Amino acid sequence: MLFLGKRIPVGFSLVVWLLVWELVGRANLLTIFPPFSQVLVAGMAILPTEKFSQAAVISLRSFAVGMALALLLGIPLGVLMARMKGVGRILGTWVNIFVSAPISALVPILMGVVGIGEATVVVTVFLFAVFVIILDTQVGVEKADRSLVEMARAFGARRHQLYTKVLMQSALPEILAGIRLGAIRGVKGVVIGQLLISIIGVGELFELYSKHFLMEEFWALVILVFAFAFLVSEAVAFLERRVEYYASAR
Amino acid sequence: MVSPDAIVEVRGVGKTYEGGVEALREVTTAFPWGKLCTLLGPSGCGKTTLLKIIGGLIPPTTGEVWVNGKKVDGPGPERAFVFQDFALLPWASVLRNVAFGLELRGVSKEQRAEVARKQIAEVGLAGFESSYPHQLSGGMRQRVGLARALAVDADIILMDEPFSSVDEQTRRKFQEDLLDLLRHREKTVIFVTHSIEEAAYLSDQIVLLSRRPGTVSRIIPLDIERGRRSPDEIRRDKNYLDTVDEIWRVLKQYVT
Repeated sequence: MLFLGKRIPVGFSLVVWLLVWELVGRANLLTIFPPFSQVLVAGMAILPTEKFSQAAVISLRSFAVGMALALLLGIPLGVLMARMKGVGRILGTWVNIFVSAPISALVPILMGVVGIGEATVVVTVFLFAVFVIILDTQVGVEKADRSLVEMARAFGARRHQLYTKVLMQSALPEILAGIRLGAIRGVKGVVIGQLLISIIGVGELFELYSKHFLMEEFWALVILVFAFAFLVSEAVAFLERRVEYYASAR
Repeated sequence: MVSPDAIVEVRGVGKTYEGGVEALREVTTAFPWGKLCTLLGPSGCGKTTLLKIIGGLIPPTTGEVWVNGKKVDGPGPERAFVFQDFALLPWASVLRNVAFGLELRGVSKEQRAEVARKQIAEVGLAGFESSYPHQLSGGMRQRVGLARALAVDADIILMDEPFSSVDEQTRRKFQEDLLDLLRHREKTVIFVTHSIEEAAYLSDQIVLLSRRPGTVSRIIPLDIERGRRSPDEIRRDKNYLDTVDEIWRVLKQYVT
């Protein structure tokens, strides 16, 4: 980033914003914005509590299970839709509708079906993540170089070899992009699901803090959730960059 | 009409694509064992289609192809393909690309690496084993494609306009190297090209196809004494020049 002709580090803008936040907080302009320093203190205070670690464990578990289901179902379904035109046509419309639909509106209905608890959150994460994974996988496999498929056939590739050695490898950049977007949505799914249920995990804490107007704790939790989402997305992005050298050369 | 030493026989092959485009009609010809034959014709005459039918990559609408006395119903280990667009795996090193055919056949890693290294050296790419395709020039990429086809040790090598995405100078060098490479190997090569000079320079026999729907317009045997002569001598050879003229006279009528 360049500012007045000088290179400044990327983290600089973050520092500026935190400074503004601190000043606004200190000026007592808005009651919902306590100074950032106090948020940090509150964050340090809630991190070691039993309540927080319980909430974190439940939330991470829901996230992990929901994401795992989304990957296990989404990737094969995407491949199927790309390789079998009939399946693609039948399911394509639905996937496209659901990928842009406000899934949160469905969570109250889910509560009625799967009950109020962790299962609802898992299903919410799954629904938030799965459609974009399906779509990206489908695009990746469809886009796979036809001449590579022909080449593999010419050299005697069996059906499973065609998938493992050509199609999936070729679609890897798109699949990873889908996983990254899916994971980001999945984090939203955890929070929204838990907020709507509001008796477990991070959602419960959010509910608790905002009800009692504990703004320092509230913002500390927001930052933690943001940081988690960012870390997950960066981890996948790291993988993406590693396969990029050939993605750009396709 | 089918000679006894034919390794590939094409019998009455026709191909009509979905949508009604007729690419080939009643093509009957034979490719003799151990020779380099080119399929030459005006653009869009179905040369590549015919090559892919021989390769078993697309089924003919009518007729059949016999290879080594067996009817073709798909790709087979006795035929290897070299593609116009190289078709290299972009995520795999040169070594793995060259060994890919063997990898698909389940040959052990050490064994296929050994074969691949040898072929890489023979096509003149020693030292590039761990490079990736995007780091190579077009000509080098096609050498990888050729090494891959040689690595599976097929009797028949099918080459689909292999030099058309390569610049003129690289192409000449490549043509010379190809003849060198084939000199001591008992390979049958079927080579698709739209270049008259390339066909005349490389071939033992040229199959001229007519405009679409492609049919065999003429089969021209070449009798150019190659032996130990330099490429430039061949390019000044009277037979070579006469053949180029003769082909052009036939093809001219198809070019509008």
